[in-house]
Amino acid sequence: MSTTTRERRTARPVPRHRWRTTLRLTLLSVVLFPICLVWVFPFIWVISASVKSNKEIFAGLNLIPEVVRLDNYVRAWTEANIGKYFFNTVFITFFSIVIAVGSTALIGYVLGRYRFPGKKVVIALFAAAIFLPEGYTIIPIFDLISAMGLSGSLWGVTLAEAGGAHVVTTLLFAGYFAQLPHELEEAARIDGAGFFRIFAQVYLPLAKPVVATAVILQFMSSWNSFLLPLVLTLARPELRTLAVGVYSFRGEYLNDWAGMAAASTITLVPIIVVFLFLQRYFVESIAGALKS
Amino acid sequence: MSSTRVAARAGLQPSDARKGWLRSSTIWWCYLFMVPALILSALFTFYPMVMSWWFSFLDWNGFTQRGDFIGLANYWELLRDQQFWNAFGRSMLFVLVGTPVRVLLALLIAILLNNQMLKLAPVFRTFIFIPVVTTAAVVGVVMSFMLGSYQGPVNQVLMALHLVDAPVKFLSDPQVALWTILSVHVWKSTGQTMIYWLAALQTVPVTYYEAAKVDGAGAFRLIRHITWPILMPFAIVIIVLTVQSDLHTFALVQAMTEGGPYFSTQVMEVYIYQTAFAAGSSESGNAGMARLGYASAAGCFFGLATLVIALAQAWAFRKVNQVRGQLRESGDS
Repeated sequence: MSTTTRERRTARPVPRHRWRTTLRLTLLSVVLFPICLVWVFPFIWVISASVKSNKEIFAGLNLIPEVVRLDNYVRAWTEANIGKYFFNTVFITFFSIVIAVGSTALIGYVLGRYRFPGKKVVIALFAAAIFLPEGYTIIPIFDLISAMGLSGSLWGVTLAEAGGAHVVTTLLFAGYFAQLPHELEEAARIDGAGFFRIFAQVYLPLAKPVVATAVILQFMSSWNSFLLPLVLTLARPELRTLAVGVYSFRGEYLNDWAGMAAASTITLVPIIVVFLFLQRYFVESIAGALKS
Repeated sequence: MSSTRVAARAGLQPSDARKGWLRSSTIWWCYLFMVPALILSALFTFYPMVMSWWFSFLDWNGFTQRGDFIGLANYWELLRDQQFWNAFGRSMLFVLVGTPVRVLLALLIAILLNNQMLKLAPVFRTFIFIPVVTTAAVVGVVMSFMLGSYQGPVNQVLMALHLVDAPVKFLSDPQVALWTILSVHVWKSTGQTMIYWLAALQTVPVTYYEAAKVDGAGAFRLIRHITWPILMPFAIVIIVLTVQSDLHTFALVQAMTEGGPYFSTQVMEVYIYQTAFAAGSSESGNAGMARLGYASAAGCFFGLATLVIALAQAWAFRKVNQVRGQLRESGDS
């Protein structure tokens, strides 16, 4: 048995073997490519529908419109308030990233590099955040935001998006800071740098990969968030985010399919574009979440 | 040279005396650095976690009133609430069908794309992953257009290919709607599971395959004896993460059907939301009453159930591994 396989392998000329592998891989690509196109078809369809007329959308399968109608975007942006919602979403996403990444970098730095009384308690609290059943936290959060007097401003949603125990990113920061060399700190201290400057000017710049991961995770979570902004803006339509705005759009302008598609495109395209540019970090972020 | 180093070390000696002072100031800096994250965690994780349990013991209807303590009455009512158990069953269906399909489909794609010689693999990976990063609520709205209307593109394609005689009622037939949403959910989130598998597959050293191929091992034996043993520990984590994501599908379901028609797609999270907030909506079956205490009880029960499921999975996998280990040992001896 083993001798026959060995004979066959030596008998087979190497170029032909390589040629067969290439053929197999090409066939695989030819099969996978259309599957991938079908996989993203909903996004192609909605972008196409966003520049069609309402009648044209359901008239046929042709993706190329007769006339490119940008008035759908104008209508969605102004009449359906998508412009306002876009600004709200950018505001909430930006500041929740600043708050969440800043606070997790700070706590990750001291958890990763220092030993101090009470450290174990903090770590136990973070473990508890994962292993305790959370219940239905949106009701207390709604209550809390009202009690803080923030239910009328974008800061309420922003804080709620940024808040919470970010266990994964904190662990990533702690692990990364822990393995950086200790000599850097001593050298900086001899140069007269204080605790905060050592963090901000020596160690934080070295942690760019983790910062990128943390920014992307928070970006995805804030931009795509639905339940939280939905509940917090139930009584205040002017504070809606794009996800909530597009969802409510359907109820309010039932037959404006094209405007609807334009509004959806305005929500979906930015995050897809950001993903395409930073996809290496996206993939590593998700995979990093698995490893920790 | 060496004498200066000694001198420098000697020069540092006095600072050791100050170390006690330095250390205590360092400790204060440590506490200061933790303050923002701890406040945010306290406000938005721990406080809501505790309060949601407290609320679940209240008879509390509407944010304007305060609730009365009624002990376990909400939980007793849940046990007899048919609508709650139906919703619970639908979420379990998402797990029992969605998880195996996602895990196996993603594994298949990951193995295909992990081939180093497939030059287009990164492009394919990007395509498959795109739905994962997009906004679930908006994808739900778009999908409800593509599937919901009789002239939607999906029905048009099916009719043009003569696969169906009449348009399929993807979202308006109570027998079909849940399966439609489950399929959309699988489509949207399989890319995430694929990335997990790819990360796991990349831990398998390529040299192992090369060595095995030199020894004449076929594709099946490569997977059976090299890939699988290395992937096993990752599989546990991947399945647990996939189950959790199958249980949390609120945005997609709410945007596609709001739990209708006739509650046929009301999964657990949609039920809880509608019990708590959607007062007066025709889809919520509670006659216009926002029942915050009762919804909290349902949420706490559901949270507990998902935790038990996750722990049970981890325990079961550990058990299986132990038994396998024992079998292998006895086989070796």
